[in-house]
Amino acid sequence: MFCEKAIELIRELQRASDGQLPAFNEDGIRQVLEEMKALYEQNQTDVNEAKSEGRSDLIPTIKFRHCCLLRNQRCIAAYLYDRLLRIRSLRWEYGSVLPTSIRFHMCAEELEWFNQYKKSLATYMRSLGGDEGLDITQDMQPPKSLYIEVRCLKDYGEFEIDDGTTILLKKNSQHFLPRWKCEQLIRQGVLEHVMS
Amino acid sequence: MTTQSYLPVPPGVGMEENFLSLDDILLSQEKLPTRTECVFPRLGFVEKTSDTRDIPEGTKMEMPLWLSKGLYDNKRRLVSVEQPKIYRQGWRTVFSADPNVVDLHKMGPYYYGLGSQLLHFDSPENPEIAQTVLQTYIGRFRRIMDSSQNAYNEDTSALVERLDVLERSLFRTGQIGLNDFQRWEKGQASQITASNLVQNYRKRKFPDLEA
Repeated sequence: MFCEKAIELIRELQRASDGQLPAFNEDGIRQVLEEMKALYEQNQTDVNEAKSEGRSDLIPTIKFRHCCLLRNQRCIAAYLYDRLLRIRSLRWEYGSVLPTSIRFHMCAEELEWFNQYKKSLATYMRSLGGDEGLDITQDMQPPKSLYIEVRCLKDYGEFEIDDGTTILLKKNSQHFLPRWKCEQLIRQGVLEHVMS
Repeated sequence: MTTQSYLPVPPGVGMEENFLSLDDILLSQEKLPTRTECVFPRLGFVEKTSDTRDIPEGTKMEMPLWLSKGLYDNKRRLVSVEQPKIYRQGWRTVFSADPNVVDLHKMGPYYYGLGSQLLHFDSPENPEIAQTVLQTYIGRFRRIMDSSQNAYNEDTSALVERLDVLERSLFRTGQIGLNDFQRWEKGQASQITASNLVQNYRKRKFPDLEA
């Protein structure tokens, strides 16, 4: 049966149901496109034959192949679109700099899309809240206090806060820091929010 | 509230499919018993059991839903579609007797999805099929809601074992609501946590996390 490779691409994404981005299956896409090309060419030939020799009995076969072409098209479109949704969520979960290991899973066009999305988001955020703009990726939950207690989960190095002082973030050290500086690092798993 | 930033395209409602929904694409991969109503020249190789050049008329084959939908017309000139066993009279009676005993995962796993899609193929039994699917859902819903709202911090595999895909996603939603509420009750709702995505990447051992 046709379209086996296409459905495999979809299953690959479905397996990572939590929103993780698997490696871009360039080979898979290429195979689906090749199958589409073959189906299309076979249909072209059969359409010409049906017209010139009055072989209307070929029409069911042409319809069959056409259904397969539409199916492959749908699978590829859904595959690419779902990956973009995952890449978009990366901006919100990780921030604007992605780890290299994740970047390797993206194809060149997807990286380009990510950069454009970052820019659109940044432009939008700058347009809010008067002159300074508003970082809407912060305070995903309503904050209860300006400063929070955090514990360092791994060695991160030096960290500068607004009044110029640097803090050394060493594993297991605990600090009392402004919420807006820590939120990003907590989401990335570097710090842990300690509730008293 | 656990903020979710990956929002996949949801499945369609009722008889509709969402073009870009991964769930609907997998649903439409399910096979239906069909019969060819005409010859399909030059496609013999598709129907692996025959080694003729063409698929002859009257061939019974298991066809994926997407293909059956594409080839079907109400005059049945190309294919005719039969209902799978579980939507037929015999099983419908079982479902109406007690919908809770049936293992819909084994029977499906897309019992509701496929049942709704079957309505595209005109059959005099469609109203009954639709009724059975609906009544089964109504019959089972209470138990699913109940168990999803009361299973806190425990292994739920026994509870979801016999649920179909739709029911499992309902159960998941219920669990998310329950866990959020419990966190709020404990005063943890204002705690900022590492995003689930990040934690999962770490578990699968992504070596160099540049922060």
